Amino acid sequence: MKYAMETILLALAAFAALLGAAFAKDSQFGAHMWVLFFVLTASVIVLMRTSSYAPVDILAEDKSAYMDGPIRYGVIATVFWGVTGFLVGVIVAAQLAFPDLNIEPWLNFGRLRPLHTSAVIFAFGGNALIATSFYVVQRTSRARLFGGNLAWYVFWGYQLFIVMAATGYLLGITQSREYAEPEWYVDIFLTVVWVAYLIVFLGTILNRKEPHIYVANWFYLAFIVTIAMLHIVNNLAVPASFLGSKSYSLFSGVQDALTQWWYGHNAVGFFLTAGFLGMMYYFVPKQAERPVYSYRLSIIHFWSLIFLYIWAGPHHLHYTALPDWAQTLGMVFSIMLWMPSWGGMINGLMTLSGAWDKIRTDPIIRMMVVAIAFYGMSTFEGPMMSIKAVNSLSHYTEWTIGHVHSGALGWNGMITFGAIYFLVPRLWGRERLYSMRLVTWHFWLATLGIVVYAAVMWVAGISQGLMWREYDEQGFLVYSFAESVAAMVPYYIVRTIGGLMFLAGALVMAWNVYMTIRGHVRQEEPLPGAAPALQPAQ
Amino acid sequence: MALLDKHKTIEKNATLLLVGTLLVVSIGGLVQITPLFYLENTIEKVEGMRPYSPLELAGRNIYIREGCYTCHSQMIRPFRDEVERYGHYSLAAESMYDHPFQWGSKRTGPDLARVGDRYSNEWHVQHLIEPRSVVPESVMPSYAFLKETPLAVNTISYDLTANRRVGVPYSDEMIASAEADIKAQADPNADTSGVLARYPKAKLGDFDGNPAALTEMDALVAYLQMLGTLVDFSTYDAAAGYR
Repeated sequence: MKYAMETILLALAAFAALLGAAFAKDSQFGAHMWVLFFVLTASVIVLMRTSSYAPVDILAEDKSAYMDGPIRYGVIATVFWGVTGFLVGVIVAAQLAFPDLNIEPWLNFGRLRPLHTSAVIFAFGGNALIATSFYVVQRTSRARLFGGNLAWYVFWGYQLFIVMAATGYLLGITQSREYAEPEWYVDIFLTVVWVAYLIVFLGTILNRKEPHIYVANWFYLAFIVTIAMLHIVNNLAVPASFLGSKSYSLFSGVQDALTQWWYGHNAVGFFLTAGFLGMMYYFVPKQAERPVYSYRLSIIHFWSLIFLYIWAGPHHLHYTALPDWAQTLGMVFSIMLWMPSWGGMINGLMTLSGAWDKIRTDPIIRMMVVAIAFYGMSTFEGPMMSIKAVNSLSHYTEWTIGHVHSGALGWNGMITFGAIYFLVPRLWGRERLYSMRLVTWHFWLATLGIVVYAAVMWVAGISQGLMWREYDEQGFLVYSFAESVAAMVPYYIVRTIGGLMFLAGALVMAWNVYMTIRGHVRQEEPLPGAAPALQPAQ
Repeated sequence: MALLDKHKTIEKNATLLLVGTLLVVSIGGLVQITPLFYLENTIEKVEGMRPYSPLELAGRNIYIREGCYTCHSQMIRPFRDEVERYGHYSLAAESMYDHPFQWGSKRTGPDLARVGDRYSNEWHVQHLIEPRSVVPESVMPSYAFLKETPLAVNTISYDLTANRRVGVPYSDEMIASAEADIKAQADPNADTSGVLARYPKAKLGDFDGNPAALTEMDALVAYLQMLGTLVDFSTYDAAAGYR
């Protein structure tokens, strides 16, 4: 029977979840185990309904071809979690402008905001990384994914991690460590999934039929191993009870702060940068039909980026109780980081040498170029904000939020959208996307949305920072804190509109992807700007 | 460049690439984080710091559960405006028992590192129930449900034990009397001499305006009212911390 073992293991896990719910030490853990029980039971039912009792050899699929099943699911999951994450983002943005939108206790800002950040970074970004890395590693190694069904385990295990993390936040199960909010048992489960991911990825590289490991795979590999290291060290904790949700981190105070931001900054550095650079190094050359601009630059880019990034964490702790030497070290390395970042940007942009006309004719290339441009912009803004004098103004303000979003929406979002538009017709064997005009719509909605968002948050953050430190001529503080909160309201409203535009673009993409998968092709005028066909000379 | 040409060796050998990557990404963390555990001047010695009382710890756990760090910092930087607005800049020692730290990274609302003793219990309860009734400009959500939710007290000794495992100096006596202490601290009629002996400067009495019930509101307000109050800055000698 196909999936017999899987079905039995899932059923046992569901039973264990039921026991966890029965003997829970706190009500949150009990509720969380009920969620787990229902998810696992539903999975068992789905598996049993799809199982077939035919002899195994008839069911055997072609093991010589690339394994694209988990990638197809991954692309759909990326679109789904993207729309979800952006929607929650719009909701939390609206809550700041209109606090009556908070619904206590489950849908208060404090519980929804980690849901938004995790949904975008780990659910949308993570699925994009897993799906594209599986696609890229097979094509550039000319080898099928290693480990058989292990790739399916990575996909479904990761979705379960997302569901458990997200429902946990709503129930109030959180470590309140930024971007590492899931509690101990969800962290342990993610570690297991992540090790399986490393095995699939590394195993495929070891099976490769190409002598060289392609540059995109260096970045993906660095992303996978470094995230494993960061995740394990940062989440070291002692649970209050093995049947309870609460745990206490191994480190405290200063040490905990630096460990957390060593993790937090490198979630940016390796999850949102190195992994997505892997995407850039494969999909930009493919879509532009040009080789990577410089091989040597990519070597320098890779090693200097991964070496320098790990040092930059303390710039999140400027002027705090963290020792000064660590702050200064963090600042210096953050500024140095500007160079490899821009080296990578140049390598990506210059890949278009000889194909610049495609920016006019190909909206997918346009998306990728804007992604790289935003990468360049945020990797300039970041080092600037890490300078202590600038940080004294920008820290704790909306400026940081604007900076994060120009990176996440502009760089991570846009390069992922480009990769999705590249992948969908190929994975489902369609001649082309349902509509290129809808891609153009998506491009403009997303780009304008980001520009509105980042510009508004920039103004908001600087105003906020200046209001907090403004003195009158008699030496008194001019503004109460509450006045600075009131000053933010118009910015919060416009920011919500920017987010809505970005969400609208993602919905357009979801429709386009859905119609492409269904096999529809929209009859539409070709996009203007395409070069007229050359006429033979008379 | 000859060196770059040698890169071929690494990119043909996945194990070498993996090991090289791990080595390169380990250096920064090792250099920055490990010294914090043995350099003595990382955390200055300060009078007055003590582990959280069981009620304060339960309140802190509610603070963590509700994600208050998404809008409130607990880290006053040594700037004129911050010191005037919030009080003495935060010391490393003041979060030495915080597992995890809650310094935060965003001030949508004000810093809370020294919010203790600034407002009355009644103000806090009113503010948590309907923030805009006391601060019209506020965008904070309502936390009225805390006043209706009984505080879970039967597992508090587990929490103290787990804290001791990660290095907080809770004594056997503190753990044994945790459940009694958590009730006594919020009960205006209880004998609180034990609580005060174990947790000097602990705030006592009913916090949520309802002496009959021990609620999550009691715990959260008890935590907020002690934030930043343990160190006596009238006798604190900053120069003694310089080494």
